Amino acid sequence: MSETPLIADLGAPENAPLSDAKIGVVTFPGTLDDRDAARAVRLAGATPVPLWHADTDPAALRGVDAVVIPGGFSYGDYLRAGAIARFAPLMAKIVDAANSIDKLPVLGICNGFQILTEAHLLPGSMVKNDHLKFICRDQTLRVENNHTAWTNEYREGQEITIVLKNQDGQYVADEKTLDALEAEGRVAFRYVGWNPNGSRRGIAGITNTAGNVVGLMPHPEHAVEPGFGPLDANGTYSTDGLGFFASVLSTLVGESK
Amino acid sequence: MTTAQKFNIDTVEHAAGTPDVELPWAELGLKQNEFEEILKLLNRRPTAAELAMYSVMWSEHCSYKSSKVHLRQFGEKLTDEMKKDMMVGIGENAGVTDLGDGWAVTFKVESHNHPSFVEPYQGAATGIGGIVRDIISMGARPVAVMDPLRFGAIDHPDTARLVHGIVSGIGGYGNSLGLPNIGGEVVFDPIYQANPLVNALAVGVLRHEDLRLANASGVGNRVVLFGARTGGDGIGGASVLASESFDDTKPSKRPAVQVGDPFAEKVLIECCLELFKHSLVEGIQDLGAAGISCATSELASNGEGGMRVELTNVLLRDPTLTPGEILMSESQERMMAVVTPEHVAEFEKVMEKWNVEFSWLGEVTDSGRLVITWDGETIVDVDPRTVAHEGPVYNRPFKRPEWLDGVQADTFRTSAAGKALPESGDELKAAVLELMASPNMCDKSWVTKQYDHYVGGNTALASPDDAGVIRVDEETGLGVAISTDANGRYAYLDPYTGAQLALAESYRNVATSGAVPMAVTDCLNFGSPEDPEVMWQFAEAVRGLADACQTLGIPVTGGNVSLYNQTGTTAIHPTPVVGVLGKFDDVARRTPSGWQQNADGQAIYLLGTTRDELDGSEFANLRGHLGGLPPKLDLEAEKTLGAILINASRDGMIDSAHDLSEGGLAAALSEMVLRFGVGARVALDDLCARDGVDAFTALFSESQARAVVAVPRSEEVRFNDMAAARQFPVVRLGVVDVLATSLEVQGLFDLPIAELREAHEGTLPKYFG
Repeated sequence: MSETPLIADLGAPENAPLSDAKIGVVTFPGTLDDRDAARAVRLAGATPVPLWHADTDPAALRGVDAVVIPGGFSYGDYLRAGAIARFAPLMAKIVDAANSIDKLPVLGICNGFQILTEAHLLPGSMVKNDHLKFICRDQTLRVENNHTAWTNEYREGQEITIVLKNQDGQYVADEKTLDALEAEGRVAFRYVGWNPNGSRRGIAGITNTAGNVVGLMPHPEHAVEPGFGPLDANGTYSTDGLGFFASVLSTLVGESK
Repeated sequence: MTTAQKFNIDTVEHAAGTPDVELPWAELGLKQNEFEEILKLLNRRPTAAELAMYSVMWSEHCSYKSSKVHLRQFGEKLTDEMKKDMMVGIGENAGVTDLGDGWAVTFKVESHNHPSFVEPYQGAATGIGGIVRDIISMGARPVAVMDPLRFGAIDHPDTARLVHGIVSGIGGYGNSLGLPNIGGEVVFDPIYQANPLVNALAVGVLRHEDLRLANASGVGNRVVLFGARTGGDGIGGASVLASESFDDTKPSKRPAVQVGDPFAEKVLIECCLELFKHSLVEGIQDLGAAGISCATSELASNGEGGMRVELTNVLLRDPTLTPGEILMSESQERMMAVVTPEHVAEFEKVMEKWNVEFSWLGEVTDSGRLVITWDGETIVDVDPRTVAHEGPVYNRPFKRPEWLDGVQADTFRTSAAGKALPESGDELKAAVLELMASPNMCDKSWVTKQYDHYVGGNTALASPDDAGVIRVDEETGLGVAISTDANGRYAYLDPYTGAQLALAESYRNVATSGAVPMAVTDCLNFGSPEDPEVMWQFAEAVRGLADACQTLGIPVTGGNVSLYNQTGTTAIHPTPVVGVLGKFDDVARRTPSGWQQNADGQAIYLLGTTRDELDGSEFANLRGHLGGLPPKLDLEAEKTLGAILINASRDGMIDSAHDLSEGGLAAALSEMVLRFGVGARVALDDLCARDGVDAFTALFSESQARAVVAVPRSEEVRFNDMAAARQFPVVRLGVVDVLATSLEVQGLFDLPIAELREAHEGTLPKYFG
């Protein structure tokens, strides 16, 4: 099988000190994919920094350059997915930093996406899959917007295969919001081939107006190592998820120039 | 607690003064002789609380009273070779095996059959919860789960209720824990109609220094209960539910099923791992069957023998629970630990960080007694060993069923079902399609898609591959492979050989993935031990399994016995589910079970000998026949085959491999084509000529010790030399053809992949939506 280079596309470390880039990974009670997200950050060449939901320290964000809110079932998805997590002390800091002039890049994956909508960093919401079952599958997406902090290493229209796994993955919003998202090019990813959960307009992920905050239901952090992730349409292992983390590093490197 | 409330509490003092009080020992599942034994042990009548403790701890489920005399063989037949890597064997929460580099692995399979029939979602969910807590109790981080499942007939009206409830229960709980579900089995057979089998396996990894055992040592050390609060659920789960047969005449047993909270369990996992990391607990025990009764008596019995507990300190969900109910409750997501006084503050800090409730119940003493008080008054005063480890042991009568001779004489070939077998190419093609669409051989992704198999990022293989493979060490690639297997039909025809065949298949699956088999866990699902014929099946299966483990050189390190899987007088087929764990030095070398996209032109070989063995087979099952003798077992051949597969994987001689089991060569070739959607061209002529079988037999026989492999052209000479050096039969069947869109069996049929896939994938959605 062809071994996809893991970090070769990211530029040589001596030119850009990528390992100095610190990317926070938030853990809530019930978070499941925090170790996976940290691994993806590491494989992309940056340094993962664990962040704790209840941290009330003024420096709770630990000086990170970007934040990943990983998947899982924070607070057991009780009440509603993401509804309790969004009140965590750390979330207030993340919301402020994302909305600040520095535009902290924030990526919400699955439960992280649900938390970002609950925190009103992104519009819309997720409800139970239309087929009412948990689903775990290798999912192809189309990159609709490659101008965000987390997608700039992809080509527009590029099809990528990452993992989809959720119970409440059906993206919903009112028609006006959906029209606005389309008009402003804020649909970041759309499902290709099959809409696995009944999401409106096949939306898999969206971005905010500034492009620093991206949320999606599928899991890029599970498609970063050949042999430990999904198979693409040709039956070969996909590492397409690495592009998210490479993108944010490009964003950060671009800023520091 | 006011004096008035205390008034109804049956203290030891009260019991001593009121010897003639009628006690509900029969309702609690105790037999007359057992109750008399308790009277003798205590030299007085037991208090209500003591009676509750003895009844649950002496239940079949907790005490293994009917199976113990047989299970001893797993210890007695251990050789030095088998003990080499075994760090903890049978008797603890789960066995532990040394993986090298300071790593160890712990795994175990357990049943949750009865609760899952009564309340499928919660029964299956808490089955996962319970086995995962066993793994945590060893000091390990759980890293994966698997679940072998058996249901009644696929078209029976009640089967959909169980399939939907059980699968969503396993998913709902397991997915929330962040544990990849990497395999298992789904079998349909009318014999399991009112007795579905829900077995759950969990595996965990640990550094050697993190190993923890369930014992309360160190006089003056504190005893703490933490996790979820204690409620009224699951009272009598072990005694009145899991230790009796189902019977229409009795009231619903639904309240005896526990209710799970996976979020609480996930937090408990992380919280326990933090306790281990900072070495804050001396001993730890999960609360499962028999709840606090089990945890206190086992911790005390394994340690220095004494413990004092104040039961009013237990945090309750329901304040009206009686002391006996608190002792029996099987509320989930609870752990008990022993902590030195100097670690108390740090322990509490960890609890607060994870928002886990805890209460200090008492301390370790050197009295040799387990003393439980209720607001200061003694309600239990027993020798913990008599509760936990020295319960009744039965040498139950067993006898070979008289009907067995008749069943064994009724072979497939001589039966009406064995006439007019497929012969022409078209007939064989139709038979392959029928086989691959049948309930037992069809695609199981309707089930497995409801489980997260990616979380953790260490899953190297998962269902439908032969074994689940998990990376343990990201630096070195060190990892483990696990497979679970059983064939109830084989065990029905011959329980001794059937149990061995289950082990052989599991061993073969692990070796096929490329791992070196190291350890065994078993879940022995049988009918009522009070039926001598069932007891004979059990005795034979255990003897067979212990003998085969000795020959293969791998020990049983733990497991579980589930008896009373019967309704009325109809018992399930004896179903010994066997899990084998193997080791990879580097999981990058694992062998997937299908031909890969880059494998064009690779040679397809069949390893092993094919005989006319259709009795008990899936094909015979399709024709409604069950009789004769199961396929011949040859453990030496299994060992040689395993060695070939492992070496070939390590040396890069094979790119894919699939073991032959249910459905024989027809199933293996079909599954290899379907795995990555890559076609192949094969011919059966050489195989038929060498082994003296016809094409039908070549395709559907279930002869053991066989596997199909794909060998790159450059490796063919080396591969053949290796097989020849080991004098193992090998025959070239054909080639992988990436451009082909079919499985072509030359001279017989050409089966398009699309048609095969449609048949294979359509069955479960048709029945379950």
